[in-house]
Amino acid sequence: MQTSHHDRSRYALSQLTAGCAVFAIAFGLAGAIGVSYAQADDVIVGLVTKTEVNPFFVKMRQAAEAEAKTKGLKLIARAGKFDGDNEGQVAAIEDLISAGAKGILVTPNNSSGMLGVIKKARDAGVLVIALDTATDPADAVDATFATDNFQAGVQQGAYAKAALGDKKPVIAMLDGTPGGTVDTFRHNGFLKGFGIAEGDPAIAGAAITNGAQDKGQVGMENLLSKNGDINVVYTINEPAAAGGYQALKSFGKEKDVVLTSIDGGCAGVRNVKAGIIAATVMQFPYKMASMGVDAVADYAASGKKPTGFVNTGSYLITDKPMPGLDSKDSAWGLQNCWGD
Amino acid sequence: MSSATPSAPEASAGLFSRTKAIPAVGPILVLLAFCLVFAITNPRFLAPHNQSIILQQTIVVGTLAIGQTLVILTAGIDLAVGAICVLGTIVAGKLVLLGYDPVLSMLFAVSLCTLSGFVAGALVSRLDLPPFIVTLGTLGILTAALRLISKGGAFPVQDDFLGLTGNTFRVGSFVLTYGVIAMLLLYAIVWYLLNETRWGRHLYAIGNNPEAARLVGIPVRLHLLQVYALAGLIYGITAWLALGRIPNADPNALQTANLDSITAVVIGGTSLFGGRGGLVGTLIGALIVGVLRNGLTLAGIDPLWQDLVTGILVIVAVAFDQLSRRRR
Amino acid sequence: MSALAAKPQPGNTVRVVLEARKIVKSYGHVVALDGVDFDLRAGEILAVVGDNGAGKSTLIKTLTGAVVPDSGEILLDGQLVHFKGPLDARHRGIETVYQDLAVAPALDIPSNLFLGRELLSSGILGSVFRRLDKRRMREGAAAAMAELKFRLPSINSLVENLSGGQRQGVAVARAAVFASKLVIMDEPTAALGVRETGQVLELIRAIRDRGLPVVLISHNMPNVFDLADRICIMRLGRRAAVVSPKTHTMADVVGIMTGAIKVEGG
Ligand SMILES: Nc1ncnc2c1ncn2[C@@H]1O[C@H](COP(=O)(O)OP(=O)(O)OP(=O)(O)O)[C@@H](O)[C@H]1O
Ligand SMILES: [Mg+2]
Repeated sequence: MQTSHHDRSRYALSQLTAGCAVFAIAFGLAGAIGVSYAQADDVIVGLVTKTEVNPFFVKMRQAAEAEAKTKGLKLIARAGKFDGDNEGQVAAIEDLISAGAKGILVTPNNSSGMLGVIKKARDAGVLVIALDTATDPADAVDATFATDNFQAGVQQGAYAKAALGDKKPVIAMLDGTPGGTVDTFRHNGFLKGFGIAEGDPAIAGAAITNGAQDKGQVGMENLLSKNGDINVVYTINEPAAAGGYQALKSFGKEKDVVLTSIDGGCAGVRNVKAGIIAATVMQFPYKMASMGVDAVADYAASGKKPTGFVNTGSYLITDKPMPGLDSKDSAWGLQNCWGD
Repeated sequence: MSSATPSAPEASAGLFSRTKAIPAVGPILVLLAFCLVFAITNPRFLAPHNQSIILQQTIVVGTLAIGQTLVILTAGIDLAVGAICVLGTIVAGKLVLLGYDPVLSMLFAVSLCTLSGFVAGALVSRLDLPPFIVTLGTLGILTAALRLISKGGAFPVQDDFLGLTGNTFRVGSFVLTYGVIAMLLLYAIVWYLLNETRWGRHLYAIGNNPEAARLVGIPVRLHLLQVYALAGLIYGITAWLALGRIPNADPNALQTANLDSITAVVIGGTSLFGGRGGLVGTLIGALIVGVLRNGLTLAGIDPLWQDLVTGILVIVAVAFDQLSRRRR
Repeated sequence: MSALAAKPQPGNTVRVVLEARKIVKSYGHVVALDGVDFDLRAGEILAVVGDNGAGKSTLIKTLTGAVVPDSGEILLDGQLVHFKGPLDARHRGIETVYQDLAVAPALDIPSNLFLGRELLSSGILGSVFRRLDKRRMREGAAAAMAELKFRLPSINSLVENLSGGQRQGVAVARAAVFASKLVIMDEPTAALGVRETGQVLELIRAIRDRGLPVVLISHNMPNVFDLADRICIMRLGRRAAVVSPKTHTMADVVGIMTGAIKVEGG
């Protein structure tokens, strides 16, 4: 009898000890929560971004936090774990509804994946504003505060066209993730601004970069191997552009190519200043976030809801301005950029 | 020494055989602890609405974790859970878009998922390849293939049958979805398989001591094959449940489902060395993760704390398993 | 549990239960068995001794179907048999306790005892729902242990909570419960202390007393002389001699084992 029961009881005992230890941790946590826990009458505004790590969303979150503080709101920020984490974003919105949020600002991972839960939120009387990325259909949310990515693409394309002058264009497209909403708008906008259509023979080829520098470099290398005459490069964002530049340099072509981009991250603007990127189009995440928080504050105070698409604007940033194209220089860019 | 007869079964069915009947004491205590804390800090936590939300949020990872539990009990590991499930959502969604019958489309998608599990199982059991490598390969292949099929883009899946499991009904003040019921039903069925049938007994024996299992005549290879195929079937059914939760097929979805399901299994007290643990723990483990995320949001705390606490729990659970093994 | 009812055979001690003729088995260049003959009589404990690498385990494995011999024949109750795997031998009533414990430590005693031969509930629960009859297995295990007079803490204990002797006891009991022809044990006491070895030897006697012949591989001469009716001495893949502990001393046996004493025939 002895051995087994002794063992068993020791096992049960150690489980119990472990359980008690966790209780202790949990109550420690409770202490921490007690300090920061929102008062019942706080107006809660939720922010759900795509990921935690992207500096664009970090800027958004910082701006939302700052604005919430000045307006006396309580901000609860949440994010998906990776690009494409619909499940995580849906859960975040559900939790925020449960938490009693007055308004939710969301950068949807994907334009259709969130529709059900957004409807649930709005049915529960929560103001829902899409930031940065529109939903499909766009009126699934109360309002959208975002860059007009198509317009930004047009600005990029128009600049590239002007900078190239009357040379015969040979274009490389460093796309992000094909099928993504933003990706499509920027890509098509660029073509429109450049004045050509999809499938135009001037397009030497396209590469998928997922907006990452390493993949941008590999993609550009492959495209250059395919066609050495490339003289215009579209990039989905500045990291992809930085990667593309590395490839151009290794082919000794960095001087002959017009490398353009979109985003307005500080690293990107520094690259404009350094002459690596000819021009980039800056967008304004902090504007989206602070305008969003303001809208929720308004709604809480007066019940007034914003509607429709609100363009938070985009500026062409370049140190080599082209006649007829509005632009700001890199010094201005560095004061207004996001990330570090 | 040989004079004492063994004690009668009844006499020994005392306190400790009862603790054996609740294998997940530790995880249950942890879950209760967190619930208590969150209930105290924010009364909204206990609202029926919020409780049903947590259950619904547990559906996808919770159901995937059933298959993961089976694989881990054989001392394997499955990194392809999420990828196989996404395969299900995309194939079913695409077929319906192309105008095929939704029921047949879903059946086909589930069969394809089962086949994926079967192939992985064949590689593990026939070629003796390590499960880690096989499922890592499956993950890579499926992820790439799915992005190719869907050209990288997600698409909405608007079909009544495919979205069926998202429909709700009321039980008192609880609003539940059919998906929640389906998940619990799957847990019950597989629990029965594991605990009440030969098949389950043999599974534990294989995970615990494969050589002993072979020597007593258990067809170890065939059994492993069945485990992976059954896991694939479960991932396929999860695809249906996932479409009920989010009517959208996205090749980029569920990238962390493998680690999330392993987390649930491990927190639930199942040993990564195989042969020990069970499904009750896994369900509790999945709920712990869900409760943490929900509770921290309700408390207005940075959800990064969730990852931190989950990480601590995983290490505690594994250390606990290791220590109790070393003692033997 | 019907196997337990396999009661003593008629007292004819010369009846041969299992016979092997000219068994050969090589692993590459290593000839593990070089034409071994072997016979086991009803109701006896036959000890198999020999130096390390003499071929004891390999011989036993050919008898249990775990190894298929290159040539030679095996007769069970005078009938030629071909075992393709351990299961074949088990179906014919041969049970084995392996050198390395063949138990699943995380399972309880009844589960281990019935491993691979679990009992199902009667009626629809068993036939359709494949439900285990845990109560009947528990009772069966308890009855088996009682019959073998083997002392265990609680029939519900997990095997990993048992002492080494008790664990080996479970493995031995499993063989005893299901064997209808004979039980083979490969160094069942190798890893055990003095007291625990005593427990297992006691069990082996209990099995013989129930009428089942036992093949026992052991390096422990005092044990062998204490227990065995006959001793089969292996040397270099052959049977060097079969002797009786009554007519030979330990020194004789060791001498034959090491080749110091030559014997005719074998
Ligand atoms: N699976 C195998 N592969 C290769 N050689 C083997 C294998 N099994 C046994 N042998 C060889 O066959 C010979 C006989 O081995 P066996 O295990 O039968 O000896 P044994 O008498 O049981 O020794 P011990 O007393 O050490 O258990 C040895 O030389 C051994 O190395
Ligand atoms: Mg041996």
